[in-house]
Amino acid sequence: MAKRIDVTDLNVYYGDFKAVEGVTMTVEPRSVTAFIGPSGCGKSTFLRTLNRMHEVIPGGRVEGKVMLDDQDLYAASMDPVRVRRTVGMVFQRPNPFPTMSIYDNVAAGLRLNGVRGKSTLDGIVEESLKGANLWNEVKDRLGKPGAGLSGGQQQRLCIARAIAVQPQVLLMDEPCSALDPISTLAIEDLINELKTSYTIVIVTHNMQQAARVSDRTAFFNLRATGEPGRLVEIDDTTRIFNNPSQKQTEDYISGRFG
Amino acid sequence: MSTVTGVSAADELPGPDGRKPLTGDRASTGRLGDRLFGGAATLSGVIVIAMVSLIAVFLLAQALPALTNNSENFLTSRVWAPGGEKPAFGILEFLWTTVAASTIAMLLAVPVGVAVALFLTQYAPMWMRKPAASLVDLLAAIPSIVYGLWGLMTFRAFVKPVEQFLQDNFGWFPLFAPTKITGGTIFFIGIVLAIMVLPIVTALSREVFDQTPVAHKEGALALGATRWEMIRTAVLPFGKPGVISASMLALGRALGETIAVTFLVSALSDGTDWTWSLFNGGETFASKIANNAAEFSNPSKTGAYIAAGLVLFVLTFVVNSIARIVIERRKAFTE
Repeated sequence: MAKRIDVTDLNVYYGDFKAVEGVTMTVEPRSVTAFIGPSGCGKSTFLRTLNRMHEVIPGGRVEGKVMLDDQDLYAASMDPVRVRRTVGMVFQRPNPFPTMSIYDNVAAGLRLNGVRGKSTLDGIVEESLKGANLWNEVKDRLGKPGAGLSGGQQQRLCIARAIAVQPQVLLMDEPCSALDPISTLAIEDLINELKTSYTIVIVTHNMQQAARVSDRTAFFNLRATGEPGRLVEIDDTTRIFNNPSQKQTEDYISGRFG
Repeated sequence: MSTVTGVSAADELPGPDGRKPLTGDRASTGRLGDRLFGGAATLSGVIVIAMVSLIAVFLLAQALPALTNNSENFLTSRVWAPGGEKPAFGILEFLWTTVAASTIAMLLAVPVGVAVALFLTQYAPMWMRKPAASLVDLLAAIPSIVYGLWGLMTFRAFVKPVEQFLQDNFGWFPLFAPTKITGGTIFFIGIVLAIMVLPIVTALSREVFDQTPVAHKEGALALGATRWEMIRTAVLPFGKPGVISASMLALGRALGETIAVTFLVSALSDGTDWTWSLFNGGETFASKIANNAAEFSNPSKTGAYIAAGLVLFVLTFVVNSIARIVIERRKAFTE
């Protein structure tokens, strides 16, 4: 299921503004890759280009190449809707659909994909909620509104919603930044379990989190405000945090800057 | 407490120690400014409630004597002879005309208005959104007499062939039965009303659709929703209470619209056979009252017209209540 991502020389623009410049990296399947870096360095922007969600923002476009195994995500024949069905995303703030029940939230993506039949849906919904470590907490109130859950539960609901459609890759944009420490821990445990079956990319502001959950870490930086963000280096997480090859990275992780 | 979207954060937040959500009293500090503003706000609220109650009392007080002297069934009779020794009047014709024309107006205006609002907020290119929205708002500002004139002089000719077609091909259906009316039929009035209320539906729907949180839209898109699927999963559910409120305002205007209808409608002469056809003429409550304002010579006669007005009042009230219930029922599912 999980796939490798190969990015070559990627530039991201919003209108005339170049937000990210010259990113080349490989994301390994069945592993967690963390993006760290100061605010405004383009890590979230770059993350969005991995499932073409940057196109939702007016003026968003890219130059360069993103390959998902042997599929070119930006080939002229590639439908962004299809890309997003293959590469799922979890956002910074939990965003369950407020008018839908817990069950319907998880089933939303399946229904979009044309999955019908109560028993099929029931099965996948249960499986996804179990996969997101939420089943035991909500199994007796699947018909209640998803917005009634706590923040951490809502975020796990969003993860269940994302994995219900069985994506190849799961992108997470600061998934714990709106959560308390206990909920954060629950999500981090979940990420550890999910990486056995998915390729996971996570943007985080929290370096301890990157150190805890990721196998590889990419450090992004920008020279000055208004300049495009760039990838400084990507390496095994232990190396990045103990013996980075770039001075900038060392300054950032040791708290001397950023 | 319900906003135009039917959503209010304050409704949901529990107060400290599980108390009720924040109320006016808890928030009050007892300072002069607070007391002044609180007093002014309370006064305004009381005035509104008092006004509505007093209007109801006025209508009832004026209508009741006339109703007790009425020798016909008020609700089921078509006779309208409120003057004289033995007043006889019933509202069936006005009720039917009002409800039928307004229903046609809503059936046309709500889907089209929602579609226009969706186009303006979700599909139209950025440069087009603001100017097009102002244009729609401008439509709402056109005085109804202008709609009446335009309907009479220009629009009638376009609707006539449609009516003819429906009569020729679907005449077997009671609502489309052929009639000899050539002027303003119920069908025609309904269409003119639809155009009049369309901007109201559009402007308010546009406003709520525009407020759909980006997070909800992105959530749908990230699941691989197409634009239309995103609208169905995120925008429409979020906007639904707003669209219902908008439709109610529009319906209120359609039910009560006077000038354009008075101008256009073909009143039926006494003794015309009753049909359910939409191609019949007939008066609405508002046009009947407006057309006969000069006749309010004695209390019994006036009372008959006021009784008709009372029915319109109740009709609007019932429709609004139903809308409220629909919105409240889904409240648990809004943030």
